[in-house]
Amino acid sequence: MTETIARLYQHWITQDLQVIAGFAIVFWLLRAGARNERWQRAWVRMKRDRAGFIALGVVLLYLFVGALEILQIPGKQGSRSILDVFFAGIPKEKSYSAPLAATLLNSARHEPIIGRHWLGTDVLGKDVLVQMLKACRTALVIGGLTSAIYVPLGALLGVLAGYFRRWVDDVIQYIYSTLASIPEILLLVAILMVLGKGLGTMSIALGITGWVGLCRLIRGETMRQSERPYIAAARAIGQTHWKIVTRHLLPNVMHLVLISAVLGFSNIVLAEAILSYLGVGAPVGTASWGIMIDAGRTELGRDPLVWWNITAATTALFGLVLALNILGDALRRAFDPKRT
Amino acid sequence: MFSFIIRRLLYSVPILLGVILLTFLLDNVMMSPEAKAARVLGPKAAHQARVDWIHLRGLDQPMPRQFVHYVGNLVTLQFGTTWVTGRDLRDVFLRGAGPSLLITVPGFFAAFLASVGLALFQVFVRDSTLDRFLTFLSVALMSVPTMVYVIFAQAVLALGLNYFPAFGFNYEGLGSVRFLLLPVAIFILINLGSDARLYRAVFLEEISQDYVRTAFAKGVTGPRVLAIHVFKNGLIAIITLVVAELPKLILGSLLIESLFGIPGLGSVLVQAIQTGDQPVVMASVFLGSVLYLLSLILTDICYALADPRIRLS
Repeated sequence: MTETIARLYQHWITQDLQVIAGFAIVFWLLRAGARNERWQRAWVRMKRDRAGFIALGVVLLYLFVGALEILQIPGKQGSRSILDVFFAGIPKEKSYSAPLAATLLNSARHEPIIGRHWLGTDVLGKDVLVQMLKACRTALVIGGLTSAIYVPLGALLGVLAGYFRRWVDDVIQYIYSTLASIPEILLLVAILMVLGKGLGTMSIALGITGWVGLCRLIRGETMRQSERPYIAAARAIGQTHWKIVTRHLLPNVMHLVLISAVLGFSNIVLAEAILSYLGVGAPVGTASWGIMIDAGRTELGRDPLVWWNITAATTALFGLVLALNILGDALRRAFDPKRT
Repeated sequence: MFSFIIRRLLYSVPILLGVILLTFLLDNVMMSPEAKAARVLGPKAAHQARVDWIHLRGLDQPMPRQFVHYVGNLVTLQFGTTWVTGRDLRDVFLRGAGPSLLITVPGFFAAFLASVGLALFQVFVRDSTLDRFLTFLSVALMSVPTMVYVIFAQAVLALGLNYFPAFGFNYEGLGSVRFLLLPVAIFILINLGSDARLYRAVFLEEISQDYVRTAFAKGVTGPRVLAIHVFKNGLIAIITLVVAELPKLILGSLLIESLFGIPGLGSVLVQAIQTGDQPVVMASVFLGSVLYLLSLILTDICYALADPRIRLS
């Protein structure tokens, strides 16, 4: 059963559809947001924020590279990603070589290497730059899948708890205070140990721990919104609960969902690296920044020092997380200029 | 005061039961006894050996009875033995607690002082280039995974320049401080970014209040307003934030301890994670949430101490 799902997921059509679906959802949400007056005002403010715009550009660049690695093209020997096709000309060496070096690192006879590698090669002779770019895929797949799990869950439960209150609120509050009382990393590890490692299980585990914060935030904001006259008016003209929740409450808390999703994405990328580093995250053989950092740890003790592997992975990870954090802050400033 | 603590303790009981139910579901329902036996005894173990293993642990009994047994064991703090070494878990935890506390307690207070200091300084120079630069630096500090700090500190400060021992720990009185300096420094670093940012927001909120304007109007100097008026009032909000950060301390010390070879709870856990030692992880989930719930109660008491308007009733 799980194997069938895994094989179906690995198929190039599913992979390509996943990219299209991801971009379609983001596009649809932004289009829906563009009709909202609050979002229009925020966009006007956002346009003046230079740091936020640079961060947005960096995030889009990462999305683009990641999408290139997820998009598969069928070929004679199985499917290959666009990124693979693009870098097909880069040869594989026998072992480590320093960035732009002409010889292998640890050879007494100064064995020449076949190609030039901007960021050197790793222990298996693979180009570090290519590995670094390929790892974008892992970060994006985890971030995307996890967001697809926890964002709808957290937003919906938050609105329901804030709108219906009473026993609905009690039940939802009980569930999230129980989950919140467990240190996040311990819960993640416990879930992953039972479910086994892999990108899918990691997304489920991060989804289970991730919705709590969002739910708490949305619940509070919904309670505040429910006091406003427009909700009372909607109820007075006899609109159903479903309509009030989907037409009035959800659009008015969506900006908070957007901000938390962007900031949450950075947390997920960091968590993926840490879990992969601990050995309960991405399976062995996946291109992941966490696995690269783990490999780099032992390499730093070598002589001569192998520093480019870990530096490349850290820089790539740092760039994405920093850009997401700055973008999230810029969005918060744009939506809520009075605070901060 | 006493009745307040009792009431808060009772309030924590349902949440703790929820946590136990969750670990029970993960440990005993999501994973079949056969799969467990196979993992502990190895794939080549004889069939009879597996059946005996399952029977000895009562895993062949009906679920409700297993659950009652499970709760009973946890409440009486009998966590069983580890899968890999077979040692008593209570022993393992007790032995690990000492070195862990030597890192987390000084680290926690030092990180708190450093981030409150940085936040107050940023509020003092607010809206200047320096403030913006420090905010950016805080975000940058948050964006680096913990292990990278440790790995680079070990490579440069310990192995390269030989200022600190890179690895290991020994109880030798004051001498053991040299093992702790670098881990504690990194502990401060990983918490500084996010904490300083949060506290800065709290202090900025305070500084726009009327009482601050009054203080300035009667001629109190800027630093004094910050250090006394703003700090004291901001503290109430900060106490809640500090407790929300407590679970994060566990992650921080987890990676720091294992990378520096300090035989604390963090190292125990990382080892358990890497060898697939499930009982250690499940027991620490329970213990972690007990500690968290206790610290929540502690917060409420601190609240009352920091703000005389709040009564414990």
